[in-house]
Amino acid sequence: MSQGIRVHVWGERALFSRPEMKAERVSYDVITPSAARGILEAIHWKPAIRWVIDRIHVLKPIRFDTVRRNEVGSKASYATARQGMAGGALPELFADEERQQRASVLLRDVGYVIEAHFEMTSRAGPQDSPGKHLDMARRRIARGQCVWQPCLGCREFPAWFEPAEGPVAVHDGLRGTRDLGWMLHDIDFGDGMTPRFFRATMVDGVIDVPPLSGAGG
Amino acid sequence: MGIHESRIEFVYLFDVRNGNPNGDPDAGNMPRLDPETGKGLVTDVCLKRKVRNLIELTRGNQAGYDIYVREKAVLNLQHGRAYEGTGLKPEPRKLPKGDGAAAVTQWMCRTFFDVRTFGAVMTTEINCGQVRGPVQLTFAESIDPIVPTEVSVTRMAVTTEAEAEKQSGDNRTMGRKYIVPYGLYRAHGFVSPHLAKQSGFSDADLEAFFQALVLMFDHDRSAARGEMAARRLIVFRHRSPLGEAPAHKLFDRVTVKRKNTVAVGRSYDDYDVAIDRDGLPDGVEIDERL
Repeated sequence: MSQGIRVHVWGERALFSRPEMKAERVSYDVITPSAARGILEAIHWKPAIRWVIDRIHVLKPIRFDTVRRNEVGSKASYATARQGMAGGALPELFADEERQQRASVLLRDVGYVIEAHFEMTSRAGPQDSPGKHLDMARRRIARGQCVWQPCLGCREFPAWFEPAEGPVAVHDGLRGTRDLGWMLHDIDFGDGMTPRFFRATMVDGVIDVPPLSGAGG
Repeated sequence: MGIHESRIEFVYLFDVRNGNPNGDPDAGNMPRLDPETGKGLVTDVCLKRKVRNLIELTRGNQAGYDIYVREKAVLNLQHGRAYEGTGLKPEPRKLPKGDGAAAVTQWMCRTFFDVRTFGAVMTTEINCGQVRGPVQLTFAESIDPIVPTEVSVTRMAVTTEAEAEKQSGDNRTMGRKYIVPYGLYRAHGFVSPHLAKQSGFSDADLEAFFQALVLMFDHDRSAARGEMAARRLIVFRHRSPLGEAPAHKLFDRVTVKRKNTVAVGRSYDDYDVAIDRDGLPDGVEIDERL
């Protein structure tokens, strides 16, 4: 854990979609390790490193809210884009004809402390020392620098971040042990985009995240 | 300094008078409300829609400014326009398989302003990836709680004969509108230079985007909207692609408050907008666009 970092992230709204409820999105109770990794990657990432989430501290009571929005139900099509390239009609998508109204059950007023470290990957070169990447990540967190603004599950919900210093105070409402059920750990990109799950248990606001390889089974 | 060299954030203020800025489909089209605070909301996608519409209106006939996700309302406008006029050059067709998808993605970025700006998903049967747009908007939230008012209106006609018979010739129907008497809304936005580079979003595009934010409500008049207007567009520009300060700390420098002398905000004049320029982090510039 010598390569570890701790970052405090927070925001007004968050939506960590449960994969089983995606048509009308419903958020998990807390941030997933996958979303936490995404936040770190928005701040610092190189092919030479892989972020591993060790622990998630939940700082605020879990509260939900719902928002319904007009969305489109179809995606940009490869075939029409190819036709357009060849000089045919431009690809088009009429939002009002492909209309879907979808509700999202999202989280309100969230705050987390993410504890993580990184591992070096096979793509690391001789110039990629762990110390260098650790310094870069820490410096960026301290200075508020990022490659793109990190988000809390969806890009319309920005994540603010700063270094997390000192011990994390437990909110009274989060004391005790709470079983959060099976939760998405991360997508295994090395294994054909297979989602991996883990049994998330929150003890006094803290979720210990197991290593991805042993997760879920 | 170009967009590819500097991170950008912006604060966008707009207001509404006697109109409905964004209806909630879950609440019978009442103005969106945060149930906890009573503050009004306007979704990110609502604002993006208006940006798209303005770009289509002002640059629709300019190559590279086509709009991919269109509204039905402009269908005829689209049909009347000859696509040859856009000066698009077909790409060479025989590309190696692996590069084909990337070429299509790039072509989509080059052709469509909204793909280049907000991104698009092109993961159909043949996966040609997705474009993450450099521009990201948040939900806009009103400064004060809003009190939506229901206004009943009558129509001196009915739609069907059956309705007329039921009313024995009275032929009147009642309708409902919701209005927000006044609301000043604040939205935050981000522009990532790294993603701009990937999608080919240029300095000219950024100008077009900011111009759209300034002008878009002036071209979105309708019975439902009432009077909406862009009020301020305050841009924070960093000296480096990664940025020089956390975004939330810059946003905190812009404070919007109702004047103490005013009990209920009913106009933009009832609010004070202040920008704290003291001790601005080195390498961050404030650019007031409106």
